Amino acid sequence: MTEQLASIAPLAPSAAAAAPRRRRLWARVLRRPAGALALLWIALVVGGAVLADVVAPYGPLDQDLSSSFAGPGGAHLLGADQLGRDVLSRILHGGQVSLLAVAQAVTVFVVVGTLTGLVAGYRGGRTDRVLMWLCDVALAIPLVVTLLVVLAVFSRNETAAMLTFGFLASAGLGRVVRAAAMTVRSDDYVLAAEVAGLRAHQVVARHVLPRVLPPVLVQASLLACSALLVESGINYLGLGVQPPTPSWGGLVTDASAAIASHPWLLVPSGGVIVLTALAFGVLGDVVRDVSADRSDTAPTSWRQLRTRVRRTTPADAKAHATADVAGKETDAADAKIDAVLELRGLRVLHEGTALVDDVDLRVAPGEVVGLVGESGCGKTLTLSALLRLLPPGLVLEAERLEIDGADALDLTERRMAALRGSAVAFVPQEPVAGLDPSFTVRAQLREVVRLRDGGNRAATDVRVRELLEQVQLPDADRVLASYPHELSGGMAQRVAIARALAGRPRVLLADEPTTALDVTVQAEILALLRDLRERTGLAIVIVTHDWGVVAELCDRAVVMYAGRVVEEGTVLDLFDHPAHPYTRALMAANPTGAAFRERLRSIPGQVPSPRERSSACAFADRCERRESDCTSTPVALVLTAGPTTGSTGAVGDRRVRCLHPVTGASPTKPATGPSTDQKGEYADAAR
Amino acid sequence: MPLVEIDDLSVTYGARRAGRRSTGKAALADVSLDLHRGETLGLVGESGSGKTTLGRAVLGLVPVSAGAIRFDGEDITRADRRTRRRLSQRIQVVFQNPYLSLNPQRTVLQSVMETLASSPEVDRAEARARSLEMLERVGIPPASADRYPGAFSGGQRQRIAIARALVPRPDVVVCDEAVSALDLSIQAQVLNLLVDLQDELGLTYLFITHDLAVVRHLCHRVAVLRRGELVETGDTAAVCAAPAHPYTRTLLASAPVADPRLARA
Repeated sequence: MTEQLASIAPLAPSAAAAAPRRRRLWARVLRRPAGALALLWIALVVGGAVLADVVAPYGPLDQDLSSSFAGPGGAHLLGADQLGRDVLSRILHGGQVSLLAVAQAVTVFVVVGTLTGLVAGYRGGRTDRVLMWLCDVALAIPLVVTLLVVLAVFSRNETAAMLTFGFLASAGLGRVVRAAAMTVRSDDYVLAAEVAGLRAHQVVARHVLPRVLPPVLVQASLLACSALLVESGINYLGLGVQPPTPSWGGLVTDASAAIASHPWLLVPSGGVIVLTALAFGVLGDVVRDVSADRSDTAPTSWRQLRTRVRRTTPADAKAHATADVAGKETDAADAKIDAVLELRGLRVLHEGTALVDDVDLRVAPGEVVGLVGESGCGKTLTLSALLRLLPPGLVLEAERLEIDGADALDLTERRMAALRGSAVAFVPQEPVAGLDPSFTVRAQLREVVRLRDGGNRAATDVRVRELLEQVQLPDADRVLASYPHELSGGMAQRVAIARALAGRPRVLLADEPTTALDVTVQAEILALLRDLRERTGLAIVIVTHDWGVVAELCDRAVVMYAGRVVEEGTVLDLFDHPAHPYTRALMAANPTGAAFRERLRSIPGQVPSPRERSSACAFADRCERRESDCTSTPVALVLTAGPTTGSTGAVGDRRVRCLHPVTGASPTKPATGPSTDQKGEYADAAR
Repeated sequence: MPLVEIDDLSVTYGARRAGRRSTGKAALADVSLDLHRGETLGLVGESGSGKTTLGRAVLGLVPVSAGAIRFDGEDITRADRRTRRRLSQRIQVVFQNPYLSLNPQRTVLQSVMETLASSPEVDRAEARARSLEMLERVGIPPASADRYPGAFSGGQRQRIAIARALVPRPDVVVCDEAVSALDLSIQAQVLNLLVDLQDELGLTYLFITHDLAVVRHLCHRVAVLRRGELVETGDTAAVCAAPAHPYTRTLLASAPVADPRLARA
């Protein structure tokens, strides 16, 4: 479930995520200390090699026998070898040989590997099969033997060896690029480019190549690292450049001859090889980290996965201007009403910014409450807060959170975990994604039943069957033996509900449980939820953006906007007399009630990001009923005597957060959809 | 003469891998439909009904195994790349997810101009001018045309995707669940925009959706697909008032109605 909730994390700092995302890859690499150091070292070595003729204090072959085996310092910064040749100068000049060899290998590797991968991944079909078969062959050729043969045939031609090395290794890159290209291939914007009539090479250059570039850079860095080591090996064995021309591998050979008497000599030559190889490797790692978008937001420890909880008092609530509580009633009588879930004064904070602010929620046993609103209004965060499972980095503040009589603000993480599933359970939006793909339904249901009931295997299996019956899954044997991907969306959602019911919860929290389903399946799931409520007295809190779902399922609706509750009331009352301009606008935007091709009433602008929210009415900017006080005064959620508050006591009361609420009937005309009679007829006919 | 004629169209996935499996999975079987100039044809069905496949066959994105598609009298069933490039100026597409349908690494102007790239008679300066004009028409200020998709909200991105589809002034636009991922208020904006643009430019929409409320609101005619087969087609009002096929009745009865009194009756 934490996986599920983590997936909503990017939702929180949406404004922050939108702007600086576009920073160039290299700029992001440089921001990391390891990346900056690696790049600095590589720049130093390459620069030194290129400018060796200028910067080197001596010529590479200049001998000065008087300073044979001179130590570091003085005239020779890194010492001198047996013939008195300056080690620093030889390293700089040797770099020309070694780094050129690396460049040759990397160039062939990148060009051949990327082209192969792009063609195979983009074209697919037979081209793909032939190219991948060739890659397999290339990967099966023993590398070292081939290099030795090449060096023998081309008589110590190092370039030939490095080109061969790069070519053979490129088969691996080809496979990586192909996999990346195949996933991009079916993306909508690539399809759109094809529909736009772009030629294949244009589509690849504009849309596919940029996406496969990060893995290419990673692989190229890692290959540079191994190419350097191979090149050094070749020269160490004396199969490459001939003395006295310096190369890094050759310098190590020279040094190893005198290792007993002058061990220092090995340090500069060996060191430069090790450090350069290391720099290439580190660079590859950093590029990979930086190009994986999640690295910035991923939690660094398990502790951070726990939601931080802070209890506040009504006085605290008064302190922050956004939640003025003048007129907010905190009756003792109100609190006495039997509620299976009670939340008061919820705030969800991200780095001090309130994403959810001043949310109260009371749910009676057997009651179905809908949380309604557009994306980014805090519905899902409110639901996550009820489970104390906020995305990492967010803080939960509340005056009170009671679930089935337990004070959930005080519980230890372990006790809270026990409460989840037994008192309060959760059903996610994507039923298949919410189940573990590597276990059968039987295994997953057994696991939760054993966790809740203990008991032996026979008792567990009886309970598992009972759960499947409860969610009206026919053909139980087949379902139990299936893996989640073998189930249809509707069956998977039934299994997810069965799993949620295993601990006999009193409240079920459901996050858009039917949004991903087909309409006919949606109708079945809604019927199931209604049925469960009636038979078991289960209370349900359901997040939805669909007024149809609210109308069909809920007793009460809570409308959220920009992290706050703007209106709540019984569903009949709310549909008949929506009082908040936002509720009315949202209802009017629904095409269901509108005439054919009639202009729909849309809401200008968009939901303000958490940072831009006014402490006064957050909807004022988009509201057609705005008056001057709307933008200056904080607005409380107040009890109103709705025009037809013939409702069932305090739980059903009507509350509105608006200085100028609308009175009068709903803006929507009677639905032009099927009439009641017709709907019944359809249903009959469908049977 | 209908603008698009679809005759006995069948699409079978996997059939092309000759030798391995001769019978693939039939995504569409013998579907015949006409699309008339200036109308909106709603294509309704559940997942696996083949509605998306039908749209993609018209766009030339999936291989057709049998039957024919004619566009403006010309057989385009197996059009080659050159023909497709020409057709790209006349048949366009808007996809469902505004977050996936724009390349995040290209500015919105670059994305919109791209649809004109394969049109030889339009030079760069003109393509730029027309793209900016179209962006303005859909409500994206030209001043922000050089920004990347990340700077725009979902509704704005869908407008950009619509601008990209319309900038070559196509005859037919395939809207593949084009408003399904949007919030209600944003969906209302985009639906209004689609209606306005159709009236203004005489567009023809093939509107693929699972949402019957949207079909009732927008589509002149509707075609109901189920498991790759066409089960019913006709005027939207007539089909909704008197569905002939039991499956159409089931669909209509299943759609939740945003009216608690009706819903509970």
